[in-house]
Amino acid sequence: MKYAVIKKEDLNLWVKHLMKKAKLYAPKRKENLFVFRQVKDASEICLSYIPTILPPKKYYFPQKEKLLKFNINPFLTSKAIEGFEDFILFAVHTCDIAGIQCMDVVFRDGPEDPNYLNRKDKMTIIGIECLQYCDEHANCVSMGNHVPRGGYDLMMIELSEKFILHINSEKGEKLVSSLDYIKEADEKDMISLERLREAKKKMFKEEFSGSLPEIYEVFDKRFNSSVWKDIAKQCVACGNCTAVCPTCYCFDVIDEVELSLNKGTRYRMWNSCLMDDFAKVAGGEDFRKGRDARQRHRYYRKFKYPVDKFNRYFCTGCGRCTRSCMAGIKLVETVNSLLKEP
Amino acid sequence: MIDREILLEKLKISPYKPIKAKIIQAYMLTDKEKFLRIELERKINLGHEPGQFVMVSIFGFTEAPISICSSPTDKGFFDLTVRNAGVLTNKLHQMEKGDTLGIRGPFGKGFPVDNMFGYDLLIVAGGLGIVPLRSLIRYIIHNRNDFGNVQLLLGCKTPQELLFKKEIKEWLKRAEVNVNCTVDKADSEWQGNVGLITTLIPGVDINPARTYAVVVGPPIMYKFVIVKLLEKKIPDYQIIVSLERRMRCGLGKCGHCQIEGVYVCQSGPVFTYADLKNFKGECHEKTA
Repeated sequence: MKYAVIKKEDLNLWVKHLMKKAKLYAPKRKENLFVFRQVKDASEICLSYIPTILPPKKYYFPQKEKLLKFNINPFLTSKAIEGFEDFILFAVHTCDIAGIQCMDVVFRDGPEDPNYLNRKDKMTIIGIECLQYCDEHANCVSMGNHVPRGGYDLMMIELSEKFILHINSEKGEKLVSSLDYIKEADEKDMISLERLREAKKKMFKEEFSGSLPEIYEVFDKRFNSSVWKDIAKQCVACGNCTAVCPTCYCFDVIDEVELSLNKGTRYRMWNSCLMDDFAKVAGGEDFRKGRDARQRHRYYRKFKYPVDKFNRYFCTGCGRCTRSCMAGIKLVETVNSLLKEP
Repeated sequence: MIDREILLEKLKISPYKPIKAKIIQAYMLTDKEKFLRIELERKINLGHEPGQFVMVSIFGFTEAPISICSSPTDKGFFDLTVRNAGVLTNKLHQMEKGDTLGIRGPFGKGFPVDNMFGYDLLIVAGGLGIVPLRSLIRYIIHNRNDFGNVQLLLGCKTPQELLFKKEIKEWLKRAEVNVNCTVDKADSEWQGNVGLITTLIPGVDINPARTYAVVVGPPIMYKFVIVKLLEKKIPDYQIIVSLERRMRCGLGKCGHCQIEGVYVCQSGPVFTYADLKNFKGECHEKTA
């Protein structure tokens, strides 16, 4: 079975079934925005949402991740995490699935990162295809992430009274097989899906004024562009853009000692290359001193460096950096002004 | 066939887990720098290459990348020399013989000693640059016949700041390594040169095609020294440098050490000038 269908009225039933299998994290409304949270009841889930404040990254690359437990005297270390729990990410947008694929590439690249790989091993991804633009800040079409491109176990596509489920993995198949309310998709469903994709083509247009290879070339040439100086004038170096980015993974390592002053835990914590001491060494030299250099670095880590290293763009097009920027720096504008430069 | 057990074992053991180590010697080299000789538990050999670094781990004070300043031919222990400059190095300065710390590594790419066999060497050390270079110099002394003529140009601010004084005298005496020192500011007892290290380079007698230049020093020094070495016609792939960067993991993940697309902890800290030339501008060491 490659495509299945579930009636909308049976969705709650299925969600209940999923919750029995593992912890279920899904988009929920939070004031006027959305967040991924654990849900205990299907009614809490909001399927029509603009990208959540934080990407689901917080579940597979937590803000503060235990690395090891230590004992100062005598010198002892022990595992900080005994077991990793199964979890399901439910109704993940295709842009965020692209983010997970990027993280896979990074943490599988040697030396492998066991914390990430252990969590990833326990993760089931159920995506949902966007049928309309979330808002004007997204650039998912230019990045090619507005349609499912793999990296998930199941993908939900909404039709008028039902969801088509694209089964992409064995793990996904197990979550739909032997349930009497989920049936194999018939020819009519497949025609509807085709029509829907055709309609999407008319609605979704490339946001950048150039193609990805053109953008790569522009980044290769515009290292000293005045664009970086311009956005540096706006940037307040708050680090919001990196915290909300599904493909930012820089971290700091910190130790927390218990009151006994003998036992403690070593953590890694999200860090941001926009922070002014990020590349500063103990001797005082700072290798990315200005905000122009730091903002440029952030952009290059999306459109140039990972392409060289992994043959993959690390911008997913989710638009979060633009949405969360306190200074109004807009990713699409930045890239387009680079493209426009003579 | 993939050995499932090995793979599982690998996942169970965290690359963040430091090995227990003991300080077996500790003394101040100058007012600012402390020398530490370290033994890993069960006297495991670190098995490093000259020029690599370790993450020194003190629980409660996290970790810092420190250059190894002994040669892999020094068996059963390894040496570190640290300036009291940050949170962890401050704590290291308070530690004494018998104290315990954690070690991860060795990490990175060391000096390309295998490629240097049979070549003459011009070693340029500015300030603390002599620390990682000591690993190379000791390696050369322990394998002296593998290398040609070896010259060491050494520069620091004042005679008091000169590191490894006794050892350098020994290198001189055994005439295996020519040493030429210079200080920015002399005192009444100083008999060597006065002036920047770049002033020593034009005078050295080398066959550029048969010479590897190895340069380590403060960031500001590189571009001036490299220009002089290029004037000497040493090919850019035979000019070797070692770069300092902030590091938190040593595993090519945390992002702090990045120069443009390159993670210094994995691809460096040792680079050739031919490598540096490819950087667009984030690397201070690039000339012109």
